[in-house]
Amino acid sequence: MKKKQKIMLARIIICAALLVIYHFLPVQGVVRFLLYFAAYILIGYDILRKAFLGIKNGRPFDENFLMAVATVGAFALAIYTKSGDYAEALSVMVFYQTGELFQSIAVGKSRKNISELMDIRPDYANIEQDGKLEQVSPDEVAVGSIIVVQPGEKVPIDGVVHEGSSSLNTSALTGESVPRDVHEGDEVVSGCINLSGVLKIQTTKEFGESTVSKILDLVENSSSNKSRSEEFISRFAKIYTPAVCFGALALAVIPPVIGLISGSGSNWSEWLYRALTFLVVSCPCALVICIPLSFFAGIGGSSHEGILIKGSNYLEALSQTKYLVFDKTGTLTEGVFEVTDYHHNTIDKAKLLEYAALAECSSSHPISKSLQKAYGKELDRNRVTDIEEISGCGITAVVDGDKVAVGNIKLMKKLGIEYMECHSVGTILHVAVNDKYAGHIVISDREKPHSAEAIAALKKLGIKKTIMLTGDRKNAAEKAAKSLGVDEFHSDLLPADKVSKVEELLKQKGEKEKLAFVGDGINDAPVLMRADIGIAMGAMGSDAAIEAADIVLMDDDPLKIAKAIKISRKCIGIVYQNIIFSLVIKFACLALTAVGIANMWLAIFADVGVMIIAVLNAIRALRVSKL
Amino acid sequence: MKKTYEIEVDCANCANLMEEAANKVEGVAKAAVNFMTQKMTVDFAEGSDPKTVMKAVLKACKKVEPDCEIEI
Repeated sequence: MKKKQKIMLARIIICAALLVIYHFLPVQGVVRFLLYFAAYILIGYDILRKAFLGIKNGRPFDENFLMAVATVGAFALAIYTKSGDYAEALSVMVFYQTGELFQSIAVGKSRKNISELMDIRPDYANIEQDGKLEQVSPDEVAVGSIIVVQPGEKVPIDGVVHEGSSSLNTSALTGESVPRDVHEGDEVVSGCINLSGVLKIQTTKEFGESTVSKILDLVENSSSNKSRSEEFISRFAKIYTPAVCFGALALAVIPPVIGLISGSGSNWSEWLYRALTFLVVSCPCALVICIPLSFFAGIGGSSHEGILIKGSNYLEALSQTKYLVFDKTGTLTEGVFEVTDYHHNTIDKAKLLEYAALAECSSSHPISKSLQKAYGKELDRNRVTDIEEISGCGITAVVDGDKVAVGNIKLMKKLGIEYMECHSVGTILHVAVNDKYAGHIVISDREKPHSAEAIAALKKLGIKKTIMLTGDRKNAAEKAAKSLGVDEFHSDLLPADKVSKVEELLKQKGEKEKLAFVGDGINDAPVLMRADIGIAMGAMGSDAAIEAADIVLMDDDPLKIAKAIKISRKCIGIVYQNIIFSLVIKFACLALTAVGIANMWLAIFADVGVMIIAVLNAIRALRVSKL
Repeated sequence: MKKTYEIEVDCANCANLMEEAANKVEGVAKAAVNFMTQKMTVDFAEGSDPKTVMKAVLKACKKVEPDCEIEI
């Protein structure tokens, strides 16, 4: 509890005690009034002051004004009717302040909870100086310095492991619970927690440019992108409060006047009481507080799962997504090439691969690398001689005394070797040994293990259409589309074509349906910007992706897209529940008050109780890990 | 130039009002108040002195929400 809150608590306890004592005191008349009024001032002076300042500054119709008018009115009424019932005015103020205190504690607590969840900001960096570790602010560490990260500490700045090996917990960034092993030379991203060994890291970025700072900036600025529901509430509050004030005024004046005219008795005090109760009910705090809190909790909860959402407007749009457009390479597939098949081989598969891998041993092309990886064993370069690269065709070399040619159809034609056509998808490497065709190796990009599952999960969530865009050839795209289960695909696209394709799709969809584009953030930034929602995947360490996208998935698991949509729907659901719940209760109580059924106590519940329930409901948006 | 200030404000609606008030102050290109993180980010107009501008911002905010604080 903050100091302010403690003082308030003391004021509330004293005044509540006074209420009980006064009840048994047999004083009457002016003394009674003064006793109650003193307690009233003690509990409500700040409200009265704010109400006064509000009037002075030309913005009279806020909740302080409502409470001040209601309670001062109740006092006046008690004097006017000579009932001596000052307890009501005092207790209304006590309860209102209790409610306010509870609200401030509840909101403060939940704010803290959420902030802690997102708090990945490192407090210090260790620098070794004269054999001693010194803690410095991460801001002060220059690029290229060596920092020491001990087990249990956060990696403060992006860098490369200079010395040591360890496993890192990346869950604060990605939501992934399996630790990642790092060794000398590996890149490490700030915000991870070092689990086992001491790491010496050479920084590659300044703190302000490090992943952790970027993420924090993004999440902290997210609430400036306001959703339509939030805008609705701010607009609503602006009209609502004055409207209720005039409503209360009308309630206090019109019925008695009508009563006077019609001769059925004016009953001023009864209507004034109703008008004051009406004012208490009408406080808009519940609405104003719970909407941003729900969004904040949703954004906080999802960032804990490795899904960064740049604003509540995107969270809202995501929940309305009906069309999902995917980039293929790197998004649905690994973007890493792999040997997937061997065809028409006249020699053993292993032998075929060995020849090809050895022939390509000096190349660093991704295709060669995939061969080397598939081969798995150390490549003995002494076995290879006379390597000759024929640009755009392939490689010829002598391996263990045998003449080996590895390459595409052009190479085979050039060498006059008869070859077999391949109908498989991917890159085909034809291999000839001693001028005789030995078969071909199929190399293709592998689907991510969860891609098909993710598409199915999206379908289940009611996504109307999943569309895949790729620069690949048609047969490759078709096969991937089929095995993944996407509804539509467009192949042979250049990056610019992707933008026009997305624009085309944007025109086709309905007004309220949103289109999201999912890419890996590399060379598809224009598409990410153009779509209603741009989702970038695998953003660990990729600044471009963090900048361009509206939603950033920290790891590259496509299942997270379905999860993000589920989170957004839960959050929006809670927002609507809160809006409807508070409005219905408010209007019901207002109506009950106007006809005279509700009293001040119900009014207090309508104000404070509703707010507390709405805040508790909003906190539910934080719990998204099991979605 | 952009700067972030710690603020203290108790209700979300008041935070909205502060944002509105801050945006009307001369020398402020754009101000954003984040109630949840209790921070105000101010983008200053070119050539304005942040210190004097922030004094005016605080004054404007006090007008709409007497209880608020901005750590300048």
